[in-house]
Amino acid sequence: MHNMRHSHPGIHTQPVDMKSAWGKLLRFAKPWLPMGLTGLALAMVASIFALMGPDKLRDMSNTIQAGLLGALDMDAILRTGIFLVALYALSSLGHYIQNLLTTTFTQRVSQALRGSISRKINKVPLGYYNGVSFGDVLSRVTNDVDTIGQTLNQSLGGLVTAITMFLGSLIMMFVTNAAMAATAIVSTILGFGLMILMISRSQKFFVGQQRALGQLNGHVEEVYAGHNVVKAYNGEREAKDTFRKINKELYRCAWKSQFLSGLMQPLMGFVGNLGYVCVCVAGAVLVKNGKADFGTIVAFMVYVRQFTNPLSQMAQAATSLQSAAAASTRVFEFLEQPELSDESEKTQRLEPEQVRGDVEFSHVHFGYEPDRMIIHDFSAKARAGQKIAIVGPTGAGKTTLVNLLMRFYELNGGEIRVDGRNIADLTRENVHDLFCMVLQDTWLFEGTIRENIVYDKKGVTDEQVQAACKAVGLDHFIRTLPQGYDTQLNDRVNLSAGQKQLVTIARAMIENAPLLILDEATSSVDTRTEALVQAAMDKLTENRTSFVIAHRLSTIRNADLILVLKDGDIVESGSHQELLDTGGFYASLYNSQFEGTVA
Amino acid sequence: MLKLFKRFRLREWLTVLCSLVLIVGQVWLDLTMPDYMSEITRLVQTPDSVMGDIWLAGGKMLLCALGSLVLSVMTGFLAARLAASFSMRLRQDIFDKVESFSMEEINRFSTASLITRTTNDVTQIQMLVAIGLQVIIKAPIMAVWAITKIRAKSWQWTAATFAAVALALLLIAVAVAFAMPKFKKIQSLTDNLNRVTRENLTGLRVIRAYNAEGYQEEKFQVANDELTGNNLSANRIMAMMMPGMNLIMNGLTLAIYWIGAFLIDGIAPTGQAAILERVDVFSNMVVFISYAMQVVMAFMMLVMIYILWPRVAVSCRRVLEVLETKPAIRDGSAQAGAPGVRGEVEFRDVSFRYPDAGGNVLEHVSFRAKQGQTVAFIGATGSGKSTLVNLVPRFYDATEGQILVDGVDVREYSQEALREKLGYVPQRAVLFSGTVASNVAYGREKATEAQVKRAVEIAQASDFVDAMGVGGPIAQGGANISGGQKQRLAIARAVCREPEIYIFDDSFSALDYRTDRVLRQTLKQETAGVTSLIVAQRIGTIRDADLILVLDDGKVVGQGTHRELLKSCEVYRQIALSQLSKEELEHA
Repeated sequence: MHNMRHSHPGIHTQPVDMKSAWGKLLRFAKPWLPMGLTGLALAMVASIFALMGPDKLRDMSNTIQAGLLGALDMDAILRTGIFLVALYALSSLGHYIQNLLTTTFTQRVSQALRGSISRKINKVPLGYYNGVSFGDVLSRVTNDVDTIGQTLNQSLGGLVTAITMFLGSLIMMFVTNAAMAATAIVSTILGFGLMILMISRSQKFFVGQQRALGQLNGHVEEVYAGHNVVKAYNGEREAKDTFRKINKELYRCAWKSQFLSGLMQPLMGFVGNLGYVCVCVAGAVLVKNGKADFGTIVAFMVYVRQFTNPLSQMAQAATSLQSAAAASTRVFEFLEQPELSDESEKTQRLEPEQVRGDVEFSHVHFGYEPDRMIIHDFSAKARAGQKIAIVGPTGAGKTTLVNLLMRFYELNGGEIRVDGRNIADLTRENVHDLFCMVLQDTWLFEGTIRENIVYDKKGVTDEQVQAACKAVGLDHFIRTLPQGYDTQLNDRVNLSAGQKQLVTIARAMIENAPLLILDEATSSVDTRTEALVQAAMDKLTENRTSFVIAHRLSTIRNADLILVLKDGDIVESGSHQELLDTGGFYASLYNSQFEGTVA
Repeated sequence: MLKLFKRFRLREWLTVLCSLVLIVGQVWLDLTMPDYMSEITRLVQTPDSVMGDIWLAGGKMLLCALGSLVLSVMTGFLAARLAASFSMRLRQDIFDKVESFSMEEINRFSTASLITRTTNDVTQIQMLVAIGLQVIIKAPIMAVWAITKIRAKSWQWTAATFAAVALALLLIAVAVAFAMPKFKKIQSLTDNLNRVTRENLTGLRVIRAYNAEGYQEEKFQVANDELTGNNLSANRIMAMMMPGMNLIMNGLTLAIYWIGAFLIDGIAPTGQAAILERVDVFSNMVVFISYAMQVVMAFMMLVMIYILWPRVAVSCRRVLEVLETKPAIRDGSAQAGAPGVRGEVEFRDVSFRYPDAGGNVLEHVSFRAKQGQTVAFIGATGSGKSTLVNLVPRFYDATEGQILVDGVDVREYSQEALREKLGYVPQRAVLFSGTVASNVAYGREKATEAQVKRAVEIAQASDFVDAMGVGGPIAQGGANISGGQKQRLAIARAVCREPEIYIFDDSFSALDYRTDRVLRQTLKQETAGVTSLIVAQRIGTIRDADLILVLDDGKVVGQGTHRELLKSCEVYRQIALSQLSKEELEHA
């Protein structure tokens, strides 16, 4: 019953601006260009050497033929032979060095591209990620850069060689014998008309195949991920039907594209043979009439191959350059995203050790989109050491406040002040130093438990780590693990949601900043563990101004200030009692949990 | 790998046979062509030959070329059809198999790995079948046939050809020996790079909050350098392949000419017969080059397959692993419960242990829920609450004891009949891409719009569903709506099913108190008579349940109503105290 996604990120239907894509890529690759260009120049030289081969082979053939009726000039043959050996060796050496240079060039450029994307990820405002999926960014780091790297590596060198060979053999053919050259060209062009027709026909099926594959992937992903629901609702049949339909479509496109692309090789072979026969017959006629010698035919046999092979290489390179341009467009689209504002000129600084922790919101205006304000003129004051609870129904925008405090987003008006200092005047880095933060979705990375707790903090002793874990009641559990604090966290070692949460709390404890943000921190910890955590938290909140987003009454009730959010806006603020007395939104929210149960 | 090809059907084997015949024909034509080439050469060389003969020979050669083209097009057609249809079936088989898996197998393979196995791995196999069918059959035939053809011409030339083949094989062997390990590493290094990037993306806020951008970038740089270094050395080795091959091919051509010169030189030019013999050697020489190239090419093709093989072999093994896994859960045959019993769930001394795990997750759990009752489960993380309710729809089977639904052991039901009775809402709401209606009516395609709307209303989802309409689109994983909205749609799905028993696996935590309460109240009014099993974290959610089971480390440490447990169960009291104040508790 459910429909499939009909778009797939991997497919670009809109035409790619080849010129600007390549321009950007070339500008980016500037430091390595000398290396790349040397490689290309070498490719050309090596190809010219290779072109001279058939000409010399013709000499050899002629010498042999000349001697057929009498004595062979073995000396001349030897000379030509040695010359050819040298020629071939030089050509191969040239190609080898060229390959080395181009592969180094492309790998370095890819490496730099990946590095730039990685750095860029941390420089783009958070808001950017609301519009894109992580998979998409990820795919730019790996798939797109890989595509660029591979095509640069294969096509660029190949293209230069192919063009040189093509032009060179064209010239050589005409120089050797114009009539035969014309024959060769006409016969090859005939074959190529066919091939181009084939390529343009198969394109459609390739796109279709990619699309079907993307759909299949999407379907499989959601069915496998939701296996329990599919099972519980007997949705297998429906899932299988959908799968069958997409699979059929994939089959239809797959065999056609496979077939058509498989035609290239035999077709090429035929074009080669066609050219070959034409050259032979035409050559024979010319030799009969005494307008050419036999060596010319031999040379042409090679020229025809040298002439037809580059054509197919060029056709292939053209398509792969197209896809590289598409990939580079995606990479640079990301690299050119506006970054967070530069703050190097900001000299004000608040030392975390000296901060008291007064926080003031003064006439704050904010909206994620400039034309849709969600916070209108909000003001509130929190004195040092106070606890501020942020409450509101699901989706009311409680994380917005965190985003503003941490300067993940900039205000549209008003100020947030810490110890009387506008945080907009501080660097973001400084602001982040003032806060420790525990988020709703626990974020752990692959590494040991210790690394996850210490994270970026310098000079943390093992005792401190252990003390923090003791405080959150995790120490005992960690000790029971085979490697204790050095246990690697990965797919196989599975901490429960609650334990993961505790690790991030321990991380915040180690950070030890004067201000604290708990973003629904304890909601995935069960209630008994929470009692444990709560005690540790209380210790943590001592002498710290803390902002707590919570669903729990215990955290709300003893807060010094409660901010009540609804539809993104702060509708009420005050202490628990004050808000209850007002009998507003908070009161109804709070009382709702007792209604109906008092029976 | 061969095991996988046992899955070929008779028709597919016939296709292979058919291709074999076509390929033999093609090779014959390919190898006949040089004969005409030789004739053309001879005719051109012979002073008194007629132009018509040259045209004839040329025409015949062209016919051969055309025939070869037609035959290879036919083989290509067969190969493409075969590869595509075989992989289509393979994909379907894998998908069907996975659909028959219980959660146990899904977790063992991991979802991500199953996805790759269904798509990427099959694509790999498809490619090998398509290319392999042509190349694997063609190359040996070509090589052997071409060798028998050239052997008769001159042993010197043959020796030169074999030397070239040996050199080419040596070159490839060296390249493969040094580059293969590097190529094998590329995948895992790319995975590593991916992981670090994914880590950075999922932890954006934390990283920025801790000013740890540098830390992440350093990690990325290590992964990036490692990948680049590996790729560089792999590609640098491969850089010598093409130039080396060219050198060998060109060298062979040259050698054949050179040897030819000596051979001709060796025949004394005395008399007409000797001259003719010389011309013969000369025309043979031209032909020989074509044959020799065919031999070298055939060997190169075989090597290409050899390089492709390891990757495909891995894919085959991964696919087979899935196909050969027997689901741990076997279907029963019962279609209905005991007569007269409806909406009843009973656990009889149930224990459960995950396969390969040391300890029991659940130990000796017994309780009974009668029609219309609400039974709730509460306890610390890891106490086994979720596992307990997951045993009812047979996501897993109990290790010991019995679970009865409507008086019949769950293992005796057909899975479909059992699940028909249940309305299950998981911890993490699962939504499929489609519409609101398609998600709510999931598993019940005949549901009317009125039924969907009623379910949405009961699940307190009307506010946002009205705004987007029941036909409103839902993105994959419900990415376009909030967590609480997702959860309410998941509940609406259970309601729409009109089951006998609801299973809520911690389904209310994502909702705020008010929605939570109203929802449960409406549910009770609108769907009276439906039994509920509720896993919960909040006392408020379960305090009016008919029976509450308190779990601690898999054991039931308390069983009763809210009031009873407050008096009798220490664990329960602790949980309650952490959430409600004394007055509130007494007030209740």
